[in-house]
Amino acid sequence: MAKLKVKDVEFSYASVSVLKEVCIELAESEMLGVVGPNGAGKSTLIRCIDRILKPQRGLILLDERDIKDMRLMELAKKMGYIPQSTSQVFPATVFDTVLMGRRPHLDWRSSEKDTEKTLETLQMLNIEELAMRDINELSGGQQQKVFIARALTQEPDVLLLDEPTSNLDIRHQLEVMGIIKNIVIEKGISAIMAIHDLNLASRYADRILMMNSGKIFAAGNPVSVLTPDNIKWVYGVEAEVNNNNGRPYIVPIRPVKQNGKGTCESKWNMQ
Amino acid sequence: MKMASSTETISGTRTKRAEIKEQYKKFIGRKILFIFSTLVLIFIIAGVSATLGSYPITVTEVYSIIWHGLFKNPETTKEIVVWNLRLPRIIMGILAGTGLAIAGAMMQGILRNPLASPFTLGIASSAGFGAVIAICLGAGFVAGKYLIIGNAFVFSLIPTFIILGLTRYKRATPETMILAGIAMMYIFSALTHLINYFSESEAVKAAYFWMVGSLGKTSWDEIVFHVNLGQVSIPLPGPVPAVLIGCVIPLIWKSWDVNVMGAGDETAKSLGVNVERTRIFVLILASLLTAAIVCFTGTIGFVGLVVPHICRIIIGGDNRFLIPASGLFGGAFLLACDIVARTIMAPVILPVGVVTALTGGPFLFFLLIRRRKEYW
Repeated sequence: MAKLKVKDVEFSYASVSVLKEVCIELAESEMLGVVGPNGAGKSTLIRCIDRILKPQRGLILLDERDIKDMRLMELAKKMGYIPQSTSQVFPATVFDTVLMGRRPHLDWRSSEKDTEKTLETLQMLNIEELAMRDINELSGGQQQKVFIARALTQEPDVLLLDEPTSNLDIRHQLEVMGIIKNIVIEKGISAIMAIHDLNLASRYADRILMMNSGKIFAAGNPVSVLTPDNIKWVYGVEAEVNNNNGRPYIVPIRPVKQNGKGTCESKWNMQ
Repeated sequence: MKMASSTETISGTRTKRAEIKEQYKKFIGRKILFIFSTLVLIFIIAGVSATLGSYPITVTEVYSIIWHGLFKNPETTKEIVVWNLRLPRIIMGILAGTGLAIAGAMMQGILRNPLASPFTLGIASSAGFGAVIAICLGAGFVAGKYLIIGNAFVFSLIPTFIILGLTRYKRATPETMILAGIAMMYIFSALTHLINYFSESEAVKAAYFWMVGSLGKTSWDEIVFHVNLGQVSIPLPGPVPAVLIGCVIPLIWKSWDVNVMGAGDETAKSLGVNVERTRIFVLILASLLTAAIVCFTGTIGFVGLVVPHICRIIIGGDNRFLIPASGLFGGAFLLACDIVARTIMAPVILPVGVVTALTGGPFLFFLLIRRRKEYW
């Protein structure tokens, strides 16, 4: 049985259509990578799934239940979301930030159980040392781990991640992806992750969804989706795809000249 | 060998956990300690404040007079001076400081903006406009003794209603709300100037005094409301404490949601908080609280802006503790400023609003220089 089903979802901002006929099925303990160029609708899709945005058409079912019929707190117990960027204006310690993930589970007082959960997650992500530090003092990589920890203390069944590795150095990219992969395997959580880096997607995702202009262009395992033809068509980039231990490894070469859509290169050539 | 090392790591993580837990408990303990210290501080400042004035009374006498006065009516001159002249002013100072600071803390919290305060949202200038209409034109919603108060109260709620109306057409984002508030601040102060420009100089002076804000107009009527049931008269909270209690309890109840909103709207939504509704709910309560105070005291500035920042620097941003801490510290701060206002140029009593801005401003400067974080 699918954990999460997205059926014919359509979304538009004012009159600009962003998502069209999007259908997804996500199994338990599966990691789905959503790739596509800027403006393809990756982030919008993730926000629709977490009900931050309300799709104009279509259904989103979590455990066969329409998320529109669920109370906000109820949904928050089942789905965690890690936005691309957040800014904490006022001071908050890492501990308090991670404890916020318990919000859907508590009334007003946080109990011993909430404290224990928070400590457990801090330990799992190996950021206990940071517990009493202010979130604004941390590096981007450390902050990202804190935000993942906050989503995990929610104890969700489904984790939604919007560009979890943007702004991170290569070490933190690998660490963060490793953490997410581990959680998916160990806790049986399903994850949907919008990601720009095709090689990270290829390496860590079980399945890849390639989007273009609000539609699903291709879906399937990394080998079948990340092909030179698909990349050329969707990104307008000529790329070489090598085999790296059974996973495709993409080496982008150059932007393709397109009819009508002049690339920088073609403009230079014309001059 | 392997067994030994694994038990070692387990006990290692256990102690580390216990350590963090201990640190966190201390962190909470410090916040509670701060709250209790401000409570004691209020008690002391109130005692000192009650000794000041043309009639000399010592601090110990003050406490004893206040204590005994709880059970019987004031008879001696000292008792009358303390109970009827000085105490209403002191209590109003505490209530006003508490309310303004909490309103400011909550507005900053829901709008995620360190500059938000009753002033930046146009509440103070619209209250001022209402008062000026009453003073200069003699027109208002309520007649008689309550003309100025009633007018100021009604007008001070206008910006909030306009902001709420706006959120029906546009989403209730912090940016829209703040810009709308600032627009109204300019509109109402321009209108105030316009009326003043065409008014008699005496009326302008009175209007000016009102707008600076002072505690001098306070009587027991604002603080205690007596209900007569046959022979006995039952004291109930008057308008100011009643609104204060009525607003602060739901605000504290919402403090978790405001905490979560501090992490951004999207995060808050994903944690199950109805962000728009909470923002509007908190805004209404904070505005009501401000209106109920400002209409009696005039626009006392800077408490709502500065006190929450001072408290955040000391105890951090967790609103569960920040609300009571800002409230009590605000009360102590306003009361202390009132002492300065009454003594620095005695027998001339300065408006307390001038003192709050003149002491609060440099104090914030000092904190800005001392701290090296993003905002402070």
